[in-house]
This record gives sequence, C-alpha cells and structure tokens, in this order.
Amino acid sequence: MAKLRQIAFYGKGGIGKSTTSQNTLAALAEMGQKILIVGCDPKADSTRLILHAKAQNSILSLAAEKGTVEDIEIEEVMKYGYQRIRCVESGGPEPGVGCAGRGVITAINFLEENGAYENLDYVSYDVLGDVVCGGFAMPIRENKAQEIYIVMSGEMMAMYAANNISKGILKYANSGGVRLGGLICNERQTDKELELAENLAKKLGSKLVYFVPRDNVVQHAELRRMTVIEYAPDSEQAQHYRNLAEKIHNNAGNGVIPTPISMDELEEMLMEHGIIKSVDESLVGKKASEAAA
Amino acid sequence: MSQNAEKVIDHFELFRGKEYTEMLANKKCLFEDPVATEELERVAEWTKSAEYREKNFAREALTVNPAKACQPLGAVFAALGFERTLPFVHGSQGCVAYYRSHFSRHFKEPTSAVSSSMTEDAAVFGGLNNMIDGLANSYSMYKPKMISVSTTCMAEVIGDDLNAFIKNAKENGSVPAEMDVPFAHTPAFVGSHVTGYDNTLKGILEHFWDGKAGTAPKLERLPNGKLNFIGGFDGYTVGNIREIKRLLDLMGVEYTILGDNSDVWDTPGDGEFRMYDGGTTLEDTAEAIHAGATISMQEFCTDKTLDFIGSKGQEVIAFNHPVGVEGTDRFLMEVSRLSGKAIPPAVTKERGRLVDAIADSSAHIHGKKFAIYGDPDLTLGLAGFLLELGAEPVHILSTNGGAVWKEKAEALLAGSPFGKGCHVYAGKDLWHMRSLLFTEPVDFLIGNTYGKFLERDTSTPLIRIGFPIFDRHHHHRYPVWGYQGGMNVLVKILDKIFDQMDQSTNDVAKTDYSFDIIR
Repeated sequence: MAKLRQIAFYGKGGIGKSTTSQNTLAALAEMGQKILIVGCDPKADSTRLILHAKAQNSILSLAAEKGTVEDIEIEEVMKYGYQRIRCVESGGPEPGVGCAGRGVITAINFLEENGAYENLDYVSYDVLGDVVCGGFAMPIRENKAQEIYIVMSGEMMAMYAANNISKGILKYANSGGVRLGGLICNERQTDKELELAENLAKKLGSKLVYFVPRDNVVQHAELRRMTVIEYAPDSEQAQHYRNLAEKIHNNAGNGVIPTPISMDELEEMLMEHGIIKSVDESLVGKKASEAAA
Repeated sequence: MSQNAEKVIDHFELFRGKEYTEMLANKKCLFEDPVATEELERVAEWTKSAEYREKNFAREALTVNPAKACQPLGAVFAALGFERTLPFVHGSQGCVAYYRSHFSRHFKEPTSAVSSSMTEDAAVFGGLNNMIDGLANSYSMYKPKMISVSTTCMAEVIGDDLNAFIKNAKENGSVPAEMDVPFAHTPAFVGSHVTGYDNTLKGILEHFWDGKAGTAPKLERLPNGKLNFIGGFDGYTVGNIREIKRLLDLMGVEYTILGDNSDVWDTPGDGEFRMYDGGTTLEDTAEAIHAGATISMQEFCTDKTLDFIGSKGQEVIAFNHPVGVEGTDRFLMEVSRLSGKAIPPAVTKERGRLVDAIADSSAHIHGKKFAIYGDPDLTLGLAGFLLELGAEPVHILSTNGGAVWKEKAEALLAGSPFGKGCHVYAGKDLWHMRSLLFTEPVDFLIGNTYGKFLERDTSTPLIRIGFPIFDRHHHHRYPVWGYQGGMNVLVKILDKIFDQMDQSTNDVAKTDYSFDIIR
C-alpha cells in the first residue's frame, strides 16, 4: 500500500469547498483509493453528499453526551458512504458559545489515537471558511496534511481569503512539512476569472490545479444529497471532477511553500486585470452614484 | 540503607546514605549528560557578572520566577472574606487545587473553594452545563449563604458569559432565585492576584449595591457617617485585620470591614471543622454603601473597587500597605478626620513605644542596605518603613508593579536622603533580582519564601515578609500594620541582623572577639 496521503481543503466560506472536495474525493474513490473525510466544521455538513444524510453523530456531540471523548468508540462516529468512503465529523458548539477550534483539535487527536488512519490511501480535511484561530490550523500542523488545496473564485474576497490561508500555511511550512498544493477555482463567472486565478496562483508561488466550470447539475445533485459523480456519472461535470481528482492524485509531493502577497499587491493585481479601473484615491469610499457625479 | 520500622529514617538522613548518594551520582553521570565541573563553574561565575546582568535585563520574551500569582487566586481570597461564602471558580479542577493548596500552605488552615470542573467537552461546548450542575451541587453540598463566581484562563478564552450563565443556572433551579451569586471575570493571563482581588471585591459590591444583577432595585445611598475598611490581598490578613479592628474599636469608630478573612484562616482546633468562619455579613456588605468614606490599605488591590465606591458618592482613601510610624500616623489621622473621633492616648502611647524601640536599635539598622520584592503596595509600605529607620532600600522590585507604581516608589525614594542611589524595578522577576544581588550586593533581602533560593545563590540573608510564606509558620498571625505591627517588622529585621552578626563572629579564637552576649 502506498504511503498515506493527507490533504486539506480550505477556502472562503460559501465558496463550494465541501461540494468540490466531496466530488473530487468521490472521483478518487472511483479510482480505487481508500478515503477518510474529516469534516472540521461545527456545522458538520462536510460529508452529507457522500453519506446522503447530515444526521451523523459528530465526535464532539457524542463526547458531550458521554461526558468525555475517551469513552467513544471509533465505530460510533465513523460512517461509510458512497464507494465505502469513510466519513467523520468533528462537530462543535452552537454558534456563539464554547470554542470550535478546540473542538477540531480534540476531534483530530481522537481520530489519530484511535487508529482511524489505518488502512487508508487518503485522509482529507474539510475546514471551515476562515482560519480564525489555532484550532482551525490543526490540519496544517506537523504530521497532518501534506498538501493544502485552496478553493477560490474570481471574487475579490475569495482571493483575499486564499491569500490569508497561504499566510497560515507559510507559518507552519518552515517548521513542518505542510505545502500549498495549489488553487482550485470554482467558477463564479466573474470578470476574467481564469486569468485572475492563474495570476494569483503564480503570485503565491503555486499553480491553478483546476478550473471547475459552473454547471447546474451540481445543484441538482446537491438537492439529492449526492455528488455529481454518483448522481450523473456520465455528465461533463463529473468528468471535470475526475480530471481534478487525477491532477490531485498526481500532485503528490509537488506542493510549495507559498509566497503570500500584501493587500496592496492584491489590489494592484486586480487593477492590472482591469477589474479595478483606476488608482484614483478620491474614489475610495465613494458610492457608485457619487463616483458617477 | 533500607528503611526499618523500628527506626524510620527521615529524608534528611535517608538520601545522604551511601546507597542513595551512589545512585544519584550514577544517575547524573549516566542519564543527565553533565558538563564538566570547570565549565559548570565558569558559566555559574559568568551569571554573576555585570555583563550577564546587562543581558538579563535585555530579556524580552521570557520571565523567570515571576513574583506574582494569577487573578483567580485573588478572587478566592476576596470571596473568603464574606460570611458563609463559597468561592466558585469557573474552570478546571487543577486551577482550584492550586488556590486551595497555596493558601493552605501559607495559613496552615484548610481553604474551601470549588470549581465547575470544566473538562475537554466544556472547553468546546462552553461551560454552561458545568455552571448549572456546579452551582446546584455547591448549594446542596456546602450550604453556603453566598457563592462568589470567578473565572480562569480556559473559561475566558472561550468567552463564557458569567452573567448569562448564572441567570440560566438560576432559571434551571440550581440555586434559589434570591441566592446571592456575585461574579467577576478574572482571566488568569491578565494582571495578577491583586487584580483578581479588585475585580472580585468590586463584583460583590456591585451585586449588593446595584440591584443584584437586575433582580432587585438599586440601593439608594443614605450617608450614615460610618467607615468602610478594605485590607486588600494580604498574607498578614489574620493579624492585620484584627489589629485594625482593635485600633478602630479603641477609637470608637463605627466601621465595616469589607472582606474580613481574619477568622476563616484562623479557626480554633476544638474538634469542630468550620468550613466558614467569620467574614463580613451580607447585610453589612449591602449597608456599606451608606458609609461616609472607604479606606483601602492597598491602592493597587482596589483600583476599580475604589472607583466604583467613589462613584456612589463616598470619599475614598487609598494607602500603600502602610508599615511603621509615619504610615500608621497617616492612617490613624485619616480615620480620625473621617470619623471625627480622636486618637486615644493608649494608641499614642503605642506610637511612643515604637519610636522608642526604633531609637534603641537604630545603631544596628542605620545605613544597612536592603533589597525588597513583592506586591506593589507591600513594597511601597516596607520601603517607607526602611527609609524611616535610616536604612536604604537599594533595590525595590515588583513583578506586578507597573508604571504608576514605579513613579510612586521613585517619589518615595526622592523624599528621603536614604533613598539616594536606590532603584525601582517594575515588571521584573526574581532572576533579575538575582543579577542585582550579585552586581550590587546588599546586606539583606526582604521577600517571600521563594527568596530562599536567592539567599542560597547570592548569600544575601532573607527576611521573610510577604506572600506566600510556606517555610515558616504562623507569621500571618502577627500584624504588620499599626504601631504594634511596625514593632513586629522591626523585630523581624533586627533578629536577622543579629543572627547574621553572630554567624560572622563565631569562629573560635579568630572572629569571636565580637561574639558578644550583648548586642
């Protein structure tokens, strides 16, 4: 058996991380890879397309029930879904209380200590939108994910988030083995999206792994709590995910230490591509109506 | 040398036996990768140098042996000063075990405090359930009249909201709705134990005066001319509070001690366990809003508390742990001014006795050099007394002293010819003090028990004054405030001076020409 590969998907909230990762992993499973998905989001919805359900016992909800994480058996939290993909969700507190970051740490420690990573080809972490604290950086710490894939789009804030996540990776890259695997652009049909994505990837010292076009079939599949791979295996979109899976599979060891850029550089880049038309400082903070006048 | 039930050898002897000395030598040689003795000595010598001192003081990212503790310790201290009050620390058990053992080791008395026993799941989901269960258990097990809640690092990092949690717990029936459950947020990583004392005392007063967390009308202040007295976080609280009560009673002053720990940490050994003893009654605590003025003996322990009390219209006066003639004079004169009561002749006589004692021993103290470390107020009080004695407080260091404290201490030094050449070190630790003692030696060091390591390292005799004092018993029973307290401190200093004199003159036929019967 090949060495266990650990990867993680990061990206701005709502960008389609979970959808992209589950479709890609489903495609990898089709290729015969044995996969574990670790959902690192208190919402615990990182595996619903694989399991066709959301209602699974998360590690932390069970820990709360039993009083301690030590009393949990791995079988109670690990479920098998499409193509025998194993799924666990860390779970976490309700919004506004407790510490979700600590929850991620607790959950991942539990999985490692209880042999959840045995007999696998892939472990994939699906992490909540922003790396707001140390807990959400858990998957990029030493001996966890080797490659991080950042899901982004041509939107300014998605690129901003991608750059921020790169900063997080950089922090751990010099002391550990984590690398930026590359960017995955989830098409939003913004202006010059492909060009921008490629350029950002270049600035970060990385590459655009794949440009996933927008297709409504994703939506249809999602409503049925399925991946496109399972729902419409012959669709064009399914093939895109397979291509992406192939790329990631062949990308082992090709990750880089990212070179994040400053906010100014990011804005400059948008200007270069004509997304922001002018450097005119007088326009900053002006409404469209005011600027036109 | 194995143990024998007929003659059990204690640790003093046991580990000096051949069996253990050989084993320890082997352990060092085989497992500790020791450096050569010469190298060890070279580096040890270097750490005594001026060059090392410079590096030591340039230290930014590291603290070595800080002379302070954390906020919740002060919170427990403050809470224990009230009638049948159970300190409830919202956090993990280990934190509370530390507060309890710390106080018990100092006061040699059991110290009761409970925790909400937060574990990993509470860290993730928030500690609401722990609060609900914890308050219910505390109430039914220990039957307190009041539960004073404070927090720890963990609860603060995850942002647990005490106000809402306590309300929720009451709605859940953990404790009766009318039960007094004051609270204070006391993150251990901010400030020190004096900050925690301040926050908690303020929390308790706010609770009683400002409508019990929205469940009762706010109290309307009707000034009655009484005095409130706050001691602050004080290792001598047992002796000090009793001494203050004696003085105020002698003067005929009407007063309330806010936070009276003098009985709870000095319960009699008569076969009855007293989980609670003494303390300010809850009625008195509420009534204290009507007082004419509040006197705090420790400014840095009561910063926010005094602001709060002042905002109710009371005059507030803060001292800095006054020790000695002048300090006590100022304290008593303020009490006299605020209460309108004269200082009785009996107290004036006590003053005269202290002055007389100082004069009797002046020859031995005058010009002696001291290093002092400790809490901000205590160091100011002691430095003031030393200056009064004609001694020089050459190094004054406080880990939890800030810019305001430094300025105050420097002004104190500037006010006396004996303060010339003396320096103040704010925010420094005991490893800094070590460098100071090597490069600018003094005759005596004043500090808590942890100073014994400095004493051993630098051969500076330690006079134990401060908190905690673990390795000498019962010092806390004797006041350091008032003229009698000043006398106690004077004797403590003199005893060490004479011990030291005897030790340096006891070589037979060499130095013992000065090994005198009369000093």
